[in-house]
Amino acid sequence: MTAGKELISPQRFAFTLERLCHQLIEDWGDLSNTCIIGIQPRGVQLADRLVQRLKVLTGNSDIPYGKLDITFYRDDFRMHDTPLSPHPNEMNFVVADKNVLLVDDVLYTGRTIQSALSALQHYGRPRVVELVALVDRRFNRHLPIQADYVGITVDAMDEAYVKVHWQEIHGKDEILLFDKKI
Amino acid sequence: MSSLSTRHLIGIKNITEADIQLIFETADNFKEVINRPIKKVPSLRDLTVANIFFESSTRTRISFELAERRLSADIVNFAAASSSVSKGETLLDTVNNILAMKVDMVVMRHPAPGACVFLSQHIPANVINAGDGTHEHPTQALLDAYSIREQLGDVANKKIAIIGDILHSRVALSNVFCLQKLGAKVRVCGPPTLIPKYYADLGVEVSHDVQETLHWCDVANVLRIQLERQDIKYFPSLREYHQFFGITKNRIEQLDKEIVIMHPGPINRGVEISSDVADAPQSIILQQVENGVAIRMAVLYLLASGK
Repeated sequence: MTAGKELISPQRFAFTLERLCHQLIEDWGDLSNTCIIGIQPRGVQLADRLVQRLKVLTGNSDIPYGKLDITFYRDDFRMHDTPLSPHPNEMNFVVADKNVLLVDDVLYTGRTIQSALSALQHYGRPRVVELVALVDRRFNRHLPIQADYVGITVDAMDEAYVKVHWQEIHGKDEILLFDKKI
Repeated sequence: MSSLSTRHLIGIKNITEADIQLIFETADNFKEVINRPIKKVPSLRDLTVANIFFESSTRTRISFELAERRLSADIVNFAAASSSVSKGETLLDTVNNILAMKVDMVVMRHPAPGACVFLSQHIPANVINAGDGTHEHPTQALLDAYSIREQLGDVANKKIAIIGDILHSRVALSNVFCLQKLGAKVRVCGPPTLIPKYYADLGVEVSHDVQETLHWCDVANVLRIQLERQDIKYFPSLREYHQFFGITKNRIEQLDKEIVIMHPGPINRGVEISSDVADAPQSIILQQVENGVAIRMAVLYLLASGK
């Protein structure tokens, strides 16, 4: 495996997260009627960080936070060689009439977000849904889906692969670009 | 994620411990799904499943049907009594006709042991055994073991007693295979006429003393006396059976510990188990039914996965 190219430094990574939080506060105030939903598995890492920081910044410690598993909603089910592995789904509230911030690490084809939107329907009719993505890969979108809040934008070849590493799991916060899928 | 080692679920004997664990882990997720306000996910929306029942069933058929519907599959139901089988059509012809209508999976119950193996060798669809005669009933064994795991945390090293009509029971055989693969200690208990000799060769203990077995076990899985299969007299009367082998409140109260009571249904109250035990707090009979849907969703999902 070739080593990935580091796209942003750990310091800029921290700034980016901080900026995303402030953008969310700018638009949604103390997030009183807003819930944050991380998409399992990798969006949850980003959502964890955002929620933790937003609680401090807004002083609102009751931000509803859910973890949404979309495995059973994917449209590429049965196109893989092995079964898709589900992750725990933790949604302890309904999203009816709430502002929903969907959180994922990398926005690429948009299919994950499409599945998340259909999964979300099962929890009521949200007032509005917006998308937070740490990395927006601009090319090769398969669906008309755009992020409302973007950490960094990456232009890469289709066969390239972007991976986000987290301190809690990988020992370091970094965004890596690989030549091909690893 | 790993996948199942088989394309069909014919029996527990042919699957591995890893398969069983994978089914359990997947069932955990489906159990969460069926406790949501909206209990449906679209995973199998492009598949058609045929439920073919050549023998009567309430629980298993409804459980499979609910599992299929909650995965958004299309369903055709078929009961032998109202079909061309009564006009003399063979099993293979019946199923091939159904498959010609583009069915992807077949769930079958049949009175002849081995009917599902036979079917799986001749048709391209995935076959799930919902009980073949006195042979196996794999999804029942999976949900029983899953319920034990849920109740006691783990199945390994637990002492499980299977009490009742072992001779006619496909549930008993599948349970023995499943529990042994998961590392449990298994004992069968019942009148000598209702325990086949070969059970000792399977590595299970055989006992004819119910009270002693209840003392020994952590879980008592009580099986039904299969009145419809009692072609000869295996015991003098139901009343006598109840006196010697029935699980009663009196027997449970004599124990110095609380054991878990299970029953795969349907219950003959007052025969193999008395009403007060069947309805006692330590009985998990209705949890078994709930888990049945989650387990069957997991089996359908995993068999339908992959290319």
